[in-house]
Amino acid sequence: MNPAWIVLIYLSIVVYIGIFAFRKGKESGEDFFLASRSLGQFIFLLSLFGTNMTAFAILGSSGMAYHRGIGVYGLMASSSGLIIPLTLFVIGTRLWALGKRFGHMTQVQFFRDRWECSGIGTVIFALTAAMLVPYIIIGVMGGGHTLATISAYKAEDGQVVSWIGYEVGGAIVAVVVMSYVFFGGMRGTAWVNTFQTILFLCFGTIAFVLIGAKLGGFDTIMEKMSQQPATASLLNRARITPEEFFSYMFIPLSSIMFPHIAIMCLTAEKVTHFRKTIVFYPICIALIWIPSVYLGVIAANEFPGLKPGETNDVIPQMLTKHTDAWLAGLLGAAIMACVMASDSQILALCTMFTEDIFAYYGGKERFGDKAQVWTGRAFVVLVTGASYLIALKLHDKENIFELAIRFAFSGFAAMAPVMLAALFWKRSTKWGALAATLWVALSLAGTWILHSQSEAMAKALKPGETAAIIPELGNLFMRTKGAVVMYGFLPVMFMCIGSALLMVVVSLLTRPPSQGTIAKFFPGGKAIGALPPAGAAT
Amino acid sequence: MRAVLPFALVLTMIVLHQDVWFWDSTYLVFGFLPIGLAYHIGFSILAACLFALLVWKYWPAGLEPGAADRPQDPAGGAQE
Repeated sequence: MNPAWIVLIYLSIVVYIGIFAFRKGKESGEDFFLASRSLGQFIFLLSLFGTNMTAFAILGSSGMAYHRGIGVYGLMASSSGLIIPLTLFVIGTRLWALGKRFGHMTQVQFFRDRWECSGIGTVIFALTAAMLVPYIIIGVMGGGHTLATISAYKAEDGQVVSWIGYEVGGAIVAVVVMSYVFFGGMRGTAWVNTFQTILFLCFGTIAFVLIGAKLGGFDTIMEKMSQQPATASLLNRARITPEEFFSYMFIPLSSIMFPHIAIMCLTAEKVTHFRKTIVFYPICIALIWIPSVYLGVIAANEFPGLKPGETNDVIPQMLTKHTDAWLAGLLGAAIMACVMASDSQILALCTMFTEDIFAYYGGKERFGDKAQVWTGRAFVVLVTGASYLIALKLHDKENIFELAIRFAFSGFAAMAPVMLAALFWKRSTKWGALAATLWVALSLAGTWILHSQSEAMAKALKPGETAAIIPELGNLFMRTKGAVVMYGFLPVMFMCIGSALLMVVVSLLTRPPSQGTIAKFFPGGKAIGALPPAGAAT
Repeated sequence: MRAVLPFALVLTMIVLHQDVWFWDSTYLVFGFLPIGLAYHIGFSILAACLFALLVWKYWPAGLEPGAADRPQDPAGGAQE
């Protein structure tokens, strides 16, 4: 039996969950986009976590660990385990409180309300939407890769053939995600994410143990790898510089600024649901990332010589090689679970479009609440279809992880100072927000130009080597094998600092919002959610 | 003053995260876990402990709104 059958059965269950959620739902905007702000503790924790665990987390991290070693866990996972819960604690809880008070459903609604602005909100919408689309494409690409790898078998002529090719696999994933988001909205997405997270945590652990047993024990492999010069450097952080390691800590700031995470924060029934989510988040991240990074490193010993674009499916390859067909199928379904986290991004983009554009510019008033929901559904179909076409076009052209980092993570991270200013600084203004947003957009464009112009230079570099992109500017813009760096640090660090500075300086130079608006968001002169007095801990 | 301790704890965690002391070591803890990875697994557990403390002692006040605070128009937003 081809293990892909089990994955297809799993996908059918997922579609059924979406349709079941549709039957439970109401035909109102708040219900479709936010599940009526009614998610319970358990669903909230697992769906929020599942939303963050994407193709990038599983396939991208193992692919990166294949080339750069165990340091990838500290680089991305343990830093996320500190920064993401911190942003949920500081920002997420406040967004929830403001959403409950004033009915906001998106970040842009909050910004418009907070800074008395219209067009600037639309600029932020445009940048946010542009940065979210690549993330959705990653989901479709990951789905195509995973199904192609899991369904691979040896033909009679000895060649390895995929029963479900990348194109068909991507299409299946796109249609499944589109179906349950279309029918189930936020409720369907949250239920599916919860189901997927449980599945991944259970079967991921089983996969890890079984692969280890099949390989003759992890201790034997690690001992062997530590004694070979070519692989020993994968067991420490020799392939990562301290500057890169430090500046990577800015990346997880992006999490709360991703619209799907911010919107998910509004779905909790009670603010107390955040408590366990914040505490258990670092542990959940560890449970997913430890096997991904560890198996990625072991894959370097199993399948040596792969190039960056070829390493994103090393875990599915190990499953196919080292487990039985039915188990490979179950574990493939678990990987699929994470790969398909693009559902929340699609729903978020659709919520943003219907709330920030359709409703804001009068569509809801003219056509009603029901038409708004159906506009959202039409948008889901459009976005998924377009993402699939782009995923076909970019197949084999771009490393999944690089695509995500370059276009989405850095940009969203650099928007975090805008959110912090909106929540905690009375004197912040819409012009400060606009300056910071334009800075982020220009920085992304600049980084992209530098990156594409130095591609030829990167090909000539060996891992660990750097070269000046503009020699007259010294070490300001350097190129490594995989990225553009500034004095060795990732551009995201300078983008965040620049965004914060512009927010402060331009706000101080421009007129603040009216006293009425400030009083609305800072009742009694204090930000909502100020620390309780000493001794009043709950 | 009450806000200083949480800031100090978070800053300490950021410093601990840099982990320059095991940068080049390939020592295997329990024979199968590279020490750089073992350290950061420990760091993740420590982060969970830190958040348990923050949630317990420093939970923000006044987040649950009274029903009367909720406006009638959920669209929100003012014109520029």
